[in-house]
Amino acid sequence: MEWETVIGLEIHAQLATRSKIFSGAPTAFGAAPNTQACEIDLALPGVLPVLNAEAVRMAVTFGAAIGAAVARRSVFARKNYFYPDLPKGYQISQYEQPIVGRGQVEIALDGGGTKTVGVTRAHLEEDAGKSLHEDFHGMTGIDLNRAGTPLLEIVSEPDMRSPAEAVAYARKIHQLVRYLGICDGNMQEGSFRCDANVSVRRRGSDRLGTRTELKNINSFRFLERAIQYEVERQVDLIENGGAVVQETRLYDPARDETRSMRSKEEANDYRYFPDPDLLPVVLDEDDIAAIVATMPELPDAKRERFERAYQLSAYDAGLLTATRETADYFEAVAQGCGDAKLAANWVMGDLAAALNRDGREIADSPVDAMGLTGLLQRLRDGTLSGKLAKDVFAAMWAGEGSADAIIEARGLRQVSDVGAIEAIVDQVIAANPDQAGQLRAGKDKVMGFLVGQVMKASQGKANPAQVNEILRRKLLDS
Amino acid sequence: MSLDRADVAKIAHLARLAVDGDEADAVARDLSRILDLVAQMSVVNTGGVPPMAHPLDMPQRLRPDVVTEPDRRDDLQATAPATEAGLYLVPRVIE
Amino acid sequence: MSLPLHERSLGQLAAGLRAREFSSRELATHYLGRIARLDPGLNSLVTTCAEDALAAADAADARLARGDGGPLTGLPLIHKDIFCTQGVRTSCGSRMLDTFVAPYDATVVARLKAAGTVMLGKANMDEFAMGSSNETSWYGPVRNPWDPDRVPGGSSGGSAAAVAARLAPVATGTDTGGSIRQPAALCGLTGIKPTYGRVSRWGMIAFASSLDQGGPLARSAQDAALVLQAVAGYDPHDSTSVDAPVPEYAATLDDGIAGLRVGLPKEYFGEGLDPKVRHSVETAIAELRRLGAQTVEISLANTALAVPTYYVVAPAECSSNLARYDGVRYGHRCADPKDLSDLYERSRAEGFGAEVKRRILIGTYVLSAGYYDAYYLKAQQLRQLISEDFRRAFAEVDVIAGPTSPTTAFRLGEKAGDPVTMYLSDIYTIAANLAGLPAMSLPAEPVGGLPVGLQLMGNYFAEARLLNVAHRLQEATDWHRRVPPGCE
Repeated sequence: MEWETVIGLEIHAQLATRSKIFSGAPTAFGAAPNTQACEIDLALPGVLPVLNAEAVRMAVTFGAAIGAAVARRSVFARKNYFYPDLPKGYQISQYEQPIVGRGQVEIALDGGGTKTVGVTRAHLEEDAGKSLHEDFHGMTGIDLNRAGTPLLEIVSEPDMRSPAEAVAYARKIHQLVRYLGICDGNMQEGSFRCDANVSVRRRGSDRLGTRTELKNINSFRFLERAIQYEVERQVDLIENGGAVVQETRLYDPARDETRSMRSKEEANDYRYFPDPDLLPVVLDEDDIAAIVATMPELPDAKRERFERAYQLSAYDAGLLTATRETADYFEAVAQGCGDAKLAANWVMGDLAAALNRDGREIADSPVDAMGLTGLLQRLRDGTLSGKLAKDVFAAMWAGEGSADAIIEARGLRQVSDVGAIEAIVDQVIAANPDQAGQLRAGKDKVMGFLVGQVMKASQGKANPAQVNEILRRKLLDS
Repeated sequence: MSLDRADVAKIAHLARLAVDGDEADAVARDLSRILDLVAQMSVVNTGGVPPMAHPLDMPQRLRPDVVTEPDRRDDLQATAPATEAGLYLVPRVIE
Repeated sequence: MSLPLHERSLGQLAAGLRAREFSSRELATHYLGRIARLDPGLNSLVTTCAEDALAAADAADARLARGDGGPLTGLPLIHKDIFCTQGVRTSCGSRMLDTFVAPYDATVVARLKAAGTVMLGKANMDEFAMGSSNETSWYGPVRNPWDPDRVPGGSSGGSAAAVAARLAPVATGTDTGGSIRQPAALCGLTGIKPTYGRVSRWGMIAFASSLDQGGPLARSAQDAALVLQAVAGYDPHDSTSVDAPVPEYAATLDDGIAGLRVGLPKEYFGEGLDPKVRHSVETAIAELRRLGAQTVEISLANTALAVPTYYVVAPAECSSNLARYDGVRYGHRCADPKDLSDLYERSRAEGFGAEVKRRILIGTYVLSAGYYDAYYLKAQQLRQLISEDFRRAFAEVDVIAGPTSPTTAFRLGEKAGDPVTMYLSDIYTIAANLAGLPAMSLPAEPVGGLPVGLQLMGNYFAEARLLNVAHRLQEATDWHRRVPPGCE
């Protein structure tokens, strides 16, 4: 291919604080318009911002998670522009001195291997409100509930070379912020937003092409498609003798295209200057160490530990650590039932399939970790056969109760009474003299057939291991 | 430092202040005079002097993450120029 | 014969209330009567709150009857209309906020309310505190009680005129570049701008956030100390308020000043200072010497740069602080905006007066791309140099003394057409704001029937020292007791 794509991402992660970054108003999503906008959020005359400690703590944990230097001194600045969803006429952000400096993350590449993507910086800022364009007599309605919600803006280096790499990076950041518990990651509700800076250049060139900034991307799938479309648009443009214009473009998922956002193209001059209402945020080594001590185990470390401690393949460990909820679920089941392999197979198998089928997250799975542990214990102690266990799981999923309750109610307890099994075995030997003779003669192959007949006669309740043993004893040891 | 009408128009737009055509010359003259006053700053060499953004050499104090503000929408919208269904209304915003 | 109520100090009024010589209601009624009689000629108030004041006075009387009042309970005052007052219009002297009723109280207001004070009304002021003559108010100019053809100074001109005319025993003001001290000087009052961060800015409508500070305008240092005591101190709503104990100002008022080292900056006595004002200020300084102070000439070398520096820093912050007035959530909105730009540009053009617009435009310009370093950054560096001048000076002296204003009150309209001449009238007051230092003005000997202000500046958090020096001077002189003609 003649063209190389260069992509950098700006991710806005809404921090999961209870109150806003500079006011005591709540941050919950979906409240009635302007019921969560206090005088500070509305920029009434005379109000002043006071910084939320939790937003700072969250930013510091992110910095530590990407191996970045956390600034001992960071400064809030005002970014001045007029827009109806920006009540003060400026956004409080960090400009020259962000709280998180340069860091990096590793992403897994499609064709195997990994790649390091640089994070230029991450800074704290406040979110704006929302404009509602439904028709109010030809007017736009402004809801300022979101105004003042804390954001961590995470800016990458232009290190990605394909839409797939961009998605892998975005997913990685998404995984990290969710692991850290600093962002709920909900892209539909706008808690995690990606803007992509995209340019193309001829392969081998060391100069960056003119970039465009893509906005309004609310899923990983759209991120990939928006970049894909934009790359093709830029290449077509250049190949047809045109030139890329530096601009902001909106992705339209319905038409799967990007279009110029001319209203924002007015020459911006943000007139940044240090916010005189806020003093520098100063953190010393002890502050940072205390915050880092509260951090959970991060995905890469957890994956490596799972591989080691539970003897899982890298692939399985990766799947089981994709989210903190999955990893916690798996680990609880593995330790509860005492068989990590079995736990892994169920979590990635029957559980994942059921969640997928019902479109549920593991956090609201009808069968929780304790429930699945109860089921796998019955499987391990021989109470249930593998087949019965699947039936019981389905019943648990349907809300019929715990594994033990279902086993009891349905009389599914596996038959382990030696006398009862011997009686069935005797019947089967009598009914299948040829096969019994072959086994006696050393033809081990027929063992499976005879076990199957016994299981069938017991309606699946006989303990297969015991059936095996009794058959052997009766036909081989005598 | 002397500003002309075009400079005034540009600054006025950034500041979202309508300046009428007949005001523009007077405004340009006043602003130019103020900038002449301000230009006296250049007599002092400030190379290497750390900028002072704030009179206090004090770190930012942090607030605990606690919701303290109840919904007071009705009070806060009491003197709003135009609201409907709890929203502030503005002329249509085109994106 | 006892003093009329409006000539009594806060301490005397409080004692009278406690002794049941008069009630808070009677006191409020007395002052409301003076307001009705005298304010039409002064225009010092934009809102009078007679009904609320009497209700507050009754509440204060009940409190006093229960014996749980404090030193300010039942005493009337006036708030500059820059302080948000819940349920009462807070206009900031601007058409922009002509209809704005604040839904909350400023911390200064809340603390004085909790102390049991009775708000008589809201004082006129230069629009958004931008002015030195009180001629930029949407509600018209305020007249100086000493001479109604002259300005009272600004921006707290309404507060100063009201207290000078005995329409209230004390008023609040704010000082960004001299807005408490200069009107105090021009109206013959004692006003103090505390150290930046000493008094909460919550609910005090911002002009230039890194310079603004609230404080009292009173008839004596003793009264000013009482009010400052009530409003000073840490406020969790203001990140820039300082969490440090507030000393008992009254406790040190009477301390001797023998051996006090008083610095006289030579730059404050040079060209531009009216010789008669100079003579009056030197007389006051001689009095300090007579009381045992030692004076020493010092240099604040960058004094001449304070005005240019200020006219970058203050407009820059103002241009951003006033961006919120956009006609969307409150305040003036133009009729029939045709689109969003029109809504913004016309609402703001109609809502703001000429001086506010000038400062917004200057501030926008100095922060804009390509000019930031030459103007804003340069001004921040000069601010550092100006502060260093003071650091060096306070290594040698306890207080700095000089004139508050280069002239006595000028005539209405005299400087209104020329912003730069007006700006230069703040040449002696601006530096304290840039450095964040406490400073006050108190009356020196009047000149030609017009008051003159002596300015005292102190080191950070040295308010107690300033009030002490001022009080000792006032114990020894009667300049602060002069009453404007017709206001007896």
